[in-house]
Amino acid sequence: MTLIILLGISFLSAIALAFAGDRKFAPEINIFGSLATFLAGIALAVQVYMQGPMLAGNNFFFVDAFNVYLAVLTSFVSMTTAIFSRRYMRREREHGRIGHWGMRFYHAMFQLFIFAMLLALLTNNLGILWIAMELATLSTVLLVSLYRTPTAIEAAWKYFILCGVGIAIALFGTVLLYFAAEQVLGEGGEALLWTNLNQVKDKLEPRVLSLSFVFLVVGYGTKVGLVPLHNWLPDAHSEGPTPISAVLSGLLLNIALYALVRCKVLVDGATGTHQAGYIMMGFGLLSILVAAFSLLRQKDIKRMFAYSSIEHMGIATFAFGLGGPIATFGALLHMLVHSLTKSAIFFTVGHASQMHGTQEMDKIRGLIRGNPLVGWGLIFGVIAIVGMPPFGIFTSEFLILTATIKDVPLLTPLLLIGLGVAFAALFRRVQPMIAGEIPPNQQFLKVAHVPVILHMVLVLIIGLYMPNFLAEWFSTAVGLLK
Amino acid sequence: MTTSLAAQINSVLAALILLTAFGLLVQRRIYGLLHLFAWQGLFLSISTALVGYAAGSHHLYISSILTLALKVILLPYILHALIVRLQIRKEIEAVVNVPTTMLIGIALVIFSYHLTAPIMELSTLVTRSTLAVALATVMLGLLMMITRRHAVTQIIGFLALENGLFFAATSATYGMPLVVELGVALDILIAAFVFGIFFFQIRTTFESLDVNQMAKLKEED
Repeated sequence: MTLIILLGISFLSAIALAFAGDRKFAPEINIFGSLATFLAGIALAVQVYMQGPMLAGNNFFFVDAFNVYLAVLTSFVSMTTAIFSRRYMRREREHGRIGHWGMRFYHAMFQLFIFAMLLALLTNNLGILWIAMELATLSTVLLVSLYRTPTAIEAAWKYFILCGVGIAIALFGTVLLYFAAEQVLGEGGEALLWTNLNQVKDKLEPRVLSLSFVFLVVGYGTKVGLVPLHNWLPDAHSEGPTPISAVLSGLLLNIALYALVRCKVLVDGATGTHQAGYIMMGFGLLSILVAAFSLLRQKDIKRMFAYSSIEHMGIATFAFGLGGPIATFGALLHMLVHSLTKSAIFFTVGHASQMHGTQEMDKIRGLIRGNPLVGWGLIFGVIAIVGMPPFGIFTSEFLILTATIKDVPLLTPLLLIGLGVAFAALFRRVQPMIAGEIPPNQQFLKVAHVPVILHMVLVLIIGLYMPNFLAEWFSTAVGLLK
Repeated sequence: MTTSLAAQINSVLAALILLTAFGLLVQRRIYGLLHLFAWQGLFLSISTALVGYAAGSHHLYISSILTLALKVILLPYILHALIVRLQIRKEIEAVVNVPTTMLIGIALVIFSYHLTAPIMELSTLVTRSTLAVALATVMLGLLMMITRRHAVTQIIGFLALENGLFFAATSATYGMPLVVELGVALDILIAAFVFGIFFFQIRTTFESLDVNQMAKLKEED
């Protein structure tokens, strides 16, 4: 029941906003819808926490510790993004960057996107998972091109084509998986249910599954933004409206990684080897290194943080590939804290670029004097994202690094180089932006305080003291992913 | 009709699908592409119905009708309407290096056979021999999207790739579960709206639908 409410709210909000998206109160509907979704998410989490994993809707939905925490995270970040986007999008509307239809479209697609992500998380059927991922892409493609500038259209086209192809390749992987499943489970819809597959995973034909994993990793990996399939990501993040960059970076990448990890569990069970893990480690490490060095060359602020997202998704992918309790725990935690931190950074970046009327970092100066919340928010966000204590990312990166030193010591230097270069690159760029005098092109703007502060406080709390229920939750999820 | 006869007819249809995939790769005129794409959809639809008949899987009939409605009638119609509205009927695309593209295409077909060999050994279905063709169609669609520089052509390549996926689903497993096939069809339909809007946006912003003009976003040195 909670499940239906959870999915239903965002879907109904999408329909309502398609009609009322440009009214005065539309942003409030958007916030209210997301808040209701978040509360339903909490209710679902409590239910799963008390009663353990559950199947619902004729085995169509499956909720366990792994996906419920991502569902709560998704609904939470979408709620704070809705709060942030209220002022932000209103201002864009006043400046004439988008029109009447643009606003309706933006609000409706925002909710549809959330619906697609929640459906991808909660479904038990790997085919539906694929459909929901494709829906998530399609609902955001036209949001990237919302400003109708030549670069925005180029970015959106790239996003559409690359992710479309990527996801099509993942469908081929799913077909192969279904082929292997059918031999064990027999024909019919039941053979694509993850819970059924998980029970018989050691009987699935290993050769077919390893071939299918190659397609799945290329397909879903495109959406995770793994190098060398990452080309769409910096463009889409830098050209779309900032609230969309925040949810793309903070949520969509996580969902794609979730899909990949669910499939990896099956493949590992079938092959009995560590092959899938090695593939993920390779992609992850390459993403970390390439993204870290690309960070150095960026001039556009949103583009820079998009590369930082690639780096962090690389870290999580690497850790899932590494496997073992510590690395998996670290990876789960990393998905959570990265999502919170990166969306908070995008909120402050959105404010900063609106204050200066540009996304070029050379023209953004004096943020702390101009608007303390934006300046301090950005610097704390960056301190957190590069993995400094006492923030949560330090904890997760420390865990992952420990596991790396223990299991594959030879890769430790590479990982450290990536983290170190990213650290240097981000600080070099961000430090001049926050310090100094207020430049003439800066305007003072009222900003949304709540989202940034809420996210950063949560990341800080997780870094200082992890609540018991969260630790228990992750441990359960680690057990599921063995 | 005996099963082996059905399998043989299905192989012929597979060959025709592959042939249209190669045709799409080098066809220069936009209407020509559209016709080839519609033919490919028709072959796919017949093949799906045939497999459904031979294997007694009746849900494949629905899948076949879906393919017919979407890939043979609706999508070519939408594309045709867009081409007329956007007045790009006469845009002829420079297709460079036809022989090289063909050779790469042939290499991809051989690679597909190599890749699917272990799966075909395991399968007991009458359609198993066509899985390689399905994968080859997917890869040729991909190749088309890489080599061609026109927005409409890239979309046709994408849809041809999707045809390959449907064909793979029929030949490897007698089709995905119905709910999945319906969902995929719905996604394709939404995608059709998305690229329709896109064509207009590209057209109004860039004058032409040549995607080579879209090369502003790259890393600066």
